[in-house]
Amino acid sequence: MEQSVTVFSSFSVQDLSFLGEAALRTLWISFLSITIGSFLGGFFGWALYEMKIWGAIFLNPLLDVFRSVPLIVQLVLFYNFAPIVGLSLDAFESGLVVLTLYTSALVANVARGGIEAVGKPMRIASRSLGMSYLQDMRYVVFPIGARAIFPSWVGVALGVMKDSALVSVLGYVELVKASQVLITRTQEPLLIILVVGAFYFALSYPVSRYSAKLEKRWSQ
Amino acid sequence: MIRIDGLHKYFGDLHVLRGIDLEVQKGEVLSVIGASGSGKSTLLYCINGIEPVQQGSVLVDGIDVHAKTTDLNRLRQRLGMVFQQWNSFPHLTAIQNVALAPQIVKKMSKSEAMEVAAKQLEHVGLGDKLNVFPNALSGGQQQRLAIARALAMDPQYMLFDEATSALDPELVGEVLDTMRVLAEEGMTMICVTHEMGFARDVSDRVAYFHEGIVEEIGSPEQIFSDPKSEQTKKFLAKVR
Repeated sequence: MEQSVTVFSSFSVQDLSFLGEAALRTLWISFLSITIGSFLGGFFGWALYEMKIWGAIFLNPLLDVFRSVPLIVQLVLFYNFAPIVGLSLDAFESGLVVLTLYTSALVANVARGGIEAVGKPMRIASRSLGMSYLQDMRYVVFPIGARAIFPSWVGVALGVMKDSALVSVLGYVELVKASQVLITRTQEPLLIILVVGAFYFALSYPVSRYSAKLEKRWSQ
Repeated sequence: MIRIDGLHKYFGDLHVLRGIDLEVQKGEVLSVIGASGSGKSTLLYCINGIEPVQQGSVLVDGIDVHAKTTDLNRLRQRLGMVFQQWNSFPHLTAIQNVALAPQIVKKMSKSEAMEVAAKQLEHVGLGDKLNVFPNALSGGQQQRLAIARALAMDPQYMLFDEATSALDPELVGEVLDTMRVLAEEGMTMICVTHEMGFARDVSDRVAYFHEGIVEEIGSPEQIFSDPKSEQTKKFLAKVR
């Protein structure tokens, strides 16, 4: 019995800072993939809207793959097949690429909905004032469409942040991976999973509070 | 001057405009009346190049609207347009709605554009609503906002596409009054309208559209008191 004490040690304050660092990694990979993925998804959404036939033939099926194949499968496949085509990516980079594409696939349809939400009469009105296509997009379609899809976009973003947990299978030490390490050492799974849950909540709660505030302001 | 020659427009197989010849002189107010589907609104859309045409031409101050080389964004600055639906930009206040196009299209400075916008809102009687968002305005106020927005581009012509059709009856008057003021100031206007009183009182000429052609055109007195065409008589009997 003496032996087990040296192998397993209980949850301590230092472990919190270990989890804190892991939370920052979760935040970092989520932030990057949501940001880049949203830009990319916005572009795909625009392409789906403008190029109906090409979008339906090529882009939509491609995005469907990212949407419908489980993220964990995408991660493992990409991580293992990337070296074959000559890409040497570590766990973080592989996770980032897959999460970004996954985000963009989710955002694409949301973004297309946003452009559709603006409606043709509104766009004819702005064009009739002499605005160019790009000016109409930048000053009318984007602000109106973005407000319309904002709640769905926040949903996607929070979802991706939680889904980033799956990058742990590649060995990237974000929250879930860190918790596995600690559980192995402390043998206190319930406590640690509770703490990890609290970390995820602390990451997403401010986002959802802030977005609710923005929505309220816009609806005035 | 707006000059339309032998204009034909199809939507697929549907022959909407079947040879329109029309001239609108500077300072003139032309009202276009006729049943729904007679091509009145389509004509306006062809004048500012929103809809392509299949045959014939539209010249605005000598510029061929449908020529490939025509810079439509530039041309449209001469042609203010007001629609049945007012289409206020919901994310912008009244003054920002009006100032947006002068600022980004005419490249005015922000303060200059705001000044123009304030002046135009004053002009349409919304001087006390500068910083109000559109959802806090009535339909009539939003339609006047749309008029101010078009006027802020300093257009030579104003095209009104059934500007009062979507309004509650009690709000029609304020919009018609605004249009009346514009006409008195000498604005050249083409008004597609179902308001016969407005057409009779304000226009210099009235054109009756029937199934894609100008069935009859003349002074309001002549059209309303002494219509020549049987179709015109039938239509006027129905709307009276």
